[in-house]
Amino acid sequence: MQLYKRKEYWNSPTMSWWERAYLFEIVRGLSITGGVFMQNMWRWMTGRKGALTTYYPEETRSDYAANNRGKHVLTQRPDGTPQCIACNMCATVCPAKVIEIEAGFDPDDPAHPKYPVRFEIDYSRCIFCGLCVEACPEDAIRMVKEVPNLPTFDRRDMWLGLEELLTWNPQSDVAKPYPGKRGDRQDARKP
Amino acid sequence: MIQDLVVNLLFIGYAVTVLLVFGTVLTWVERKQAAIMSDRIGANRAYVRIPFTQFKLIWWGLFHGLADGLKMMLKEDFRPNSYDRVAYAIAPWVVFTPVLLVFAVIPFGGTLHPGEIVPALAGWFGDKAYPLQIARLDAGLLVVFAFGGLTIIGAMLAGWSSDNKFSLLGALRAGSQMISYELIMGLTVLGLILIYGTVDLGAIAQQQSGVVLGVLPAWGIFFQPFAAILFLTAAIAENKRIPFDLPEAESELIAGYFTEYSAMKMGLFMFAEFIEIAIIGALFTTLFLGGYNLPFMTDAGFVLPGGREFPLAHGVVVVLQLVVFLAKVLLVCSFQILVRWSLPRFRYDQLLRFAWKFMFPLALINLTVTAVAVWALGAH
Repeated sequence: MQLYKRKEYWNSPTMSWWERAYLFEIVRGLSITGGVFMQNMWRWMTGRKGALTTYYPEETRSDYAANNRGKHVLTQRPDGTPQCIACNMCATVCPAKVIEIEAGFDPDDPAHPKYPVRFEIDYSRCIFCGLCVEACPEDAIRMVKEVPNLPTFDRRDMWLGLEELLTWNPQSDVAKPYPGKRGDRQDARKP
Repeated sequence: MIQDLVVNLLFIGYAVTVLLVFGTVLTWVERKQAAIMSDRIGANRAYVRIPFTQFKLIWWGLFHGLADGLKMMLKEDFRPNSYDRVAYAIAPWVVFTPVLLVFAVIPFGGTLHPGEIVPALAGWFGDKAYPLQIARLDAGLLVVFAFGGLTIIGAMLAGWSSDNKFSLLGALRAGSQMISYELIMGLTVLGLILIYGTVDLGAIAQQQSGVVLGVLPAWGIFFQPFAAILFLTAAIAENKRIPFDLPEAESELIAGYFTEYSAMKMGLFMFAEFIEIAIIGALFTTLFLGGYNLPFMTDAGFVLPGGREFPLAHGVVVVLQLVVFLAKVLLVCSFQILVRWSLPRFRYDQLLRFAWKFMFPLALINLTVTAVAVWALGAH
């Protein structure tokens, strides 16, 4: 009398006697993993890297996409001043509210009387959405594919300021003509 | 008399050091080997900074073991509300101590003549000789199994005393699993005992320094290849590691019988497990891989199959034997870790069926064939 009959599943695995013997399949599995170990170990011992891992802070990946939204760049005018006119549109659109701009008044530049005294991005909260780049009317802020190198033990180190954003990867807006400030341009408008 | 005491204390110090270092280093080996097997780098961030400098010693993450130990010591020692105080407190030690004691009967080298190594002490020691073994017992292998059986009690105590259903289930699983595989370990070793005619581990290791069939070293694995596989399998099961880690199956029982343990008490369980890997390595080396000798090597030097001899100085032989023993143990440990990171876990019914319906008959067949062969060939 059979008390219990095991249910037959339509997709129950079928194994040949070789696989049922179990030992040979174990040997095969062990030789696969052992082979991978030997292969990677040989790479390490001959001075190459035997792993797919990137050592993160020491080593950054080189294969970011060309349009990757990484670290911000503030573009500059030919004389090195920021293109930013401190209009606060990026700070307004920013969903994470990470941009802080303190505007200053420059009477010498009637075309751009406002300029940023302070322009800071809090990378500990930035979500890299790129809305600041889209909102900017002056093409003053861009994002490039390189990512910011931020691992640190102090969160205050994750605020990047005007100087860093202008100088780490200087870019200028060549499409837009810039007449220069009052002192150094020829056809200066009279106030 | 004093000389014996000094030498034995030295041996005990060596054995304890080796075991603790193995326990720590094997955590690193396990991490690194698993990482390299799966195309990763492995833990490599812990470092020791040399004081007053900015020079950091990383050494491929070797200090992660120390960091783990430190963490275990500094953590809160949480205790459950209702538990059996005495049993709960002694259970980790009941697991940990026998594991250390097993090493007492394992020979980690040949014979030591202190007078020959250090000529200044020749007058004091005379021509006394000491086998490199803490306790040269006639019942060596039996002692191994006696102490090996004690760890079951520790696991059961831990599971019962912590008053937790997961712990209790884990302890029950541990008990039945370890008893089943203990039996198979004993049966597989019986074949070797028939061949060597002794249970003294020192004598077993010495008998393996010869040559069989002209070229093969007389290692146990060539006499009993079948028993070697069964023994290693049963030993891994005895140690409750993947693919036999049913007592502490994380996905089912949280951590099995030491669920309610924390801080260094839990650390002791883990440490005992890692030391037991080394013990299994040492046992397997002694029983099946020729012990502390290289092939064709005896206490006097090398004797190649052709009859050529290369005598070595006594000091060289002793150092070589110590190193060879550690290297063989490390290789066997590495193989165990390879198994642990390659094979999936059994189901519990599969585990017990595997023990009683597959390995037990095989061990019996192996024993019968060995007995018949030994009887027919008239050895011993």
